[in-house]
Amino acid sequence: MNNIKANNNKTDNLRTVITDTSGYDVKRIRKDFPILHTTVHGKPLVYFDNAATTHKPLAVIEKTRKYYEETNSNIHRGVHFLSQKATNEYEEVREKVRGFINAKSHKEIIFTRGATEAINLVASTFGRMNIGEGDEIIISHMEHHSNIVPWQMLAEEKNAIVKVIPINDHGELEMDKLPGLITDRTKLVSIVHVSNSLGTVNPVKEIIDLAHSKGIPVLVDGSQSIQHLKIDVRALDCEFFVFSGHKLYGPTGIGVLYGKEDILDSMPPYQGGGDMIAAVSFERTIYNELPFKFEAGTPNIVGTIGLGTAIDYITSVGIEKIAAYEKQLCDYGAEKFAPIPKFRPIGTAKDKVSVFSFILAGIHPHDIGTILDFEGIAIRTGHHCTQPVMKRFNIPATARVSLAMYNTKEEIDHFVHAINKVFEVFS
Amino acid sequence: MDNELKELYQQVILDHNKSPRNYGKPENYNHFAEGYNPLCGDHVDVYIKVENGIVEDVRFEGSGCAISKSSASLMTSIVKGKKVEEAEKLFDNFHDLVTGKLDDEAVISEMGKLAVFQGVRDFPARVKCASLPWHTMKSALHDEATKITSEP
Ligand SMILES: Cc1ncc(COP(=O)(O)O)c(C=O)c1O
Repeated sequence: MNNIKANNNKTDNLRTVITDTSGYDVKRIRKDFPILHTTVHGKPLVYFDNAATTHKPLAVIEKTRKYYEETNSNIHRGVHFLSQKATNEYEEVREKVRGFINAKSHKEIIFTRGATEAINLVASTFGRMNIGEGDEIIISHMEHHSNIVPWQMLAEEKNAIVKVIPINDHGELEMDKLPGLITDRTKLVSIVHVSNSLGTVNPVKEIIDLAHSKGIPVLVDGSQSIQHLKIDVRALDCEFFVFSGHKLYGPTGIGVLYGKEDILDSMPPYQGGGDMIAAVSFERTIYNELPFKFEAGTPNIVGTIGLGTAIDYITSVGIEKIAAYEKQLCDYGAEKFAPIPKFRPIGTAKDKVSVFSFILAGIHPHDIGTILDFEGIAIRTGHHCTQPVMKRFNIPATARVSLAMYNTKEEIDHFVHAINKVFEVFS
Repeated sequence: MDNELKELYQQVILDHNKSPRNYGKPENYNHFAEGYNPLCGDHVDVYIKVENGIVEDVRFEGSGCAISKSSASLMTSIVKGKKVEEAEKLFDNFHDLVTGKLDDEAVISEMGKLAVFQGVRDFPARVKCASLPWHTMKSALHDEATKITSEP
C-alpha cells in the first residue's frame, strides 16, 4: 500500500481536554429533548443508556416531519422541483458531515446504514481487494462485535489472520505489545476510538502514526467518540473513520463512512444498483464517481437529513463545550459511584469518557437493571456486544451507565439513591 | 417496593437465589445439556439421571441472574422423582405461565411453588431468564444438542 505516508511529526496531543463550560445551560438543553420529560413506571425518566443510542432533539424530530410534509421526493433522479430540493438537502448534509469531521472533500463522505455497515463495506471492498492468504488484520481486545466479525468473515474467506492487541486490568490497550504484532503481512489496523463497554479513549493518533510508519492503513471506529470528542480526520490522518448517526442525537438507520479519496477511488463498489452507476448496458457498466459509487439504491434520505439537523444542533451547542460538560459529569459520577457498597468498576482507564461499567458483588446486572427500571432509570445490562471484554474480566455481564450532553448531577444523585433499592431487594 | 417488582422478586425466588438447591455437578447422570443465553451471558448446565422413565436426580450448575438461578433451583426441586412425561408437561405449563398464556387457576395451583414465576410475564425482557433452565432440561431429557439457547 504505497499511498500510506508516514507522518514524521511528533504525535501531537489531540486530547487537549477543554474544561471551560461557560454558557453551557443543561436545563435549556434538556428542554430541547421531549422524551426527557416523560415518565417510566410513574417516575421521571433518567436515561443512562446513551452509548446504545441517544435521544433526539425536537429540531431533528420536526425536521423529519417537515421533510415529509414539504420536500419528500427521490433524489438524484428528477428534474421536478421537489426532487431537486430533496437532492440539495441531502447533499448539503454530506457537506455538513465533511465539515463536522474536517474531511478534505465531500467525496470522502459515504452514507451507510450505520457504523456496522460502514465496517462491512470496507471489509468487503478494500478488504477483499487487499487482504489475501496469510495476510494479517490487527484489531483490539475491546472491539465491538461489529469490528470483529466482519474481519473474521474476511479472514475465513481469504485464509487471513486476525490479531488482537491485548488490554490490561484497567481496560487500556497494551500499547507496548502493538509493535510486536505488526509484521510485513499486516494489511490493516482496525481499532475502536472509544470503547462502548469500558469508556476507554484509545491513543488512536499514536496507533495511526505507528501503522503509517510501516505503510499500514488504519480504520477508526468512532461510534463512541463522535458524540464526545472533537473529531478531525485530517489531523488523525486515518484512512477510514466510521460512526452511526443515532448515537449522535440523529435518527437510526443512517451512518457515515469516511475514507481518504484516493483509497475510496481504488476500491471496487460495495453493492450494485441504481445511483451507483454512470451508464449501464448488458455488455458493461460504468460506475459512478465518488461518493455515489458506494451508495447503491434509494438511500435513507430522511435519516440523512435528520442527521444534518443533529449536527447543526451539536454545532450550535459546541462539541467542545459538550465534552467539557461531560468531563465534569464523568468526574462527578466517578466520585459518587466509588463509595457504593460492593461496587466494582469495570474499565478504569486514565483517559475515559462518561461510560461507567460496573458490577455489584453477588447481584447480577440483569436484576440491577430491572430494579432501576422501576425507579425510572434506564441502564444497559449485558455484554454490550463486547463478549471478549467480558471474558477478559472474567464476568458474564456488566451494568452500564453511559452519559450524554443532557444528563445532570442530580440524575447521578438519584441513581446512587436508587441503588439502595437493589440492596433492599437483595439484602 | 413497587407491586409489580414485588411480584417478580418474591421471597421464594430470593431465597432460592441465595441458597440454590441441587447445585453442583453430580457423579452419576445419563442426560446432560448446556444452556446459554447469548443476550445476557447467562449459562446453565443441567445434569439428569433417568431410570425406568423416572427423573431420579437432576442438578444444575452455572451463572445467572436471580430469576434464572432460582428458576433452575425450583425446577430441579420439583421435577425430581417425576416421570419424564410429567416433567415435559411441567415444561409446557411453565412456559405458558411465564409468557402469560396460562390463566387456568386450577393448573397454576397444581404447579405448586412454580407459580411464583407468574410475575415474570409482566417483564418480557426476563422471560428468557426464567425459561432457560427449563429449555435446558428439556434438551437434556432428549439429549438433543449439547448447547442450546432459550427462545421464549
Ligand atoms: C464501539 C461501537 N462500534 C460499533 C457499533 C455499532 O453501531 P451500529 O449498531 O449503530 O451499527 C457500536 C454500537 O453499539 C459501538 O458502540
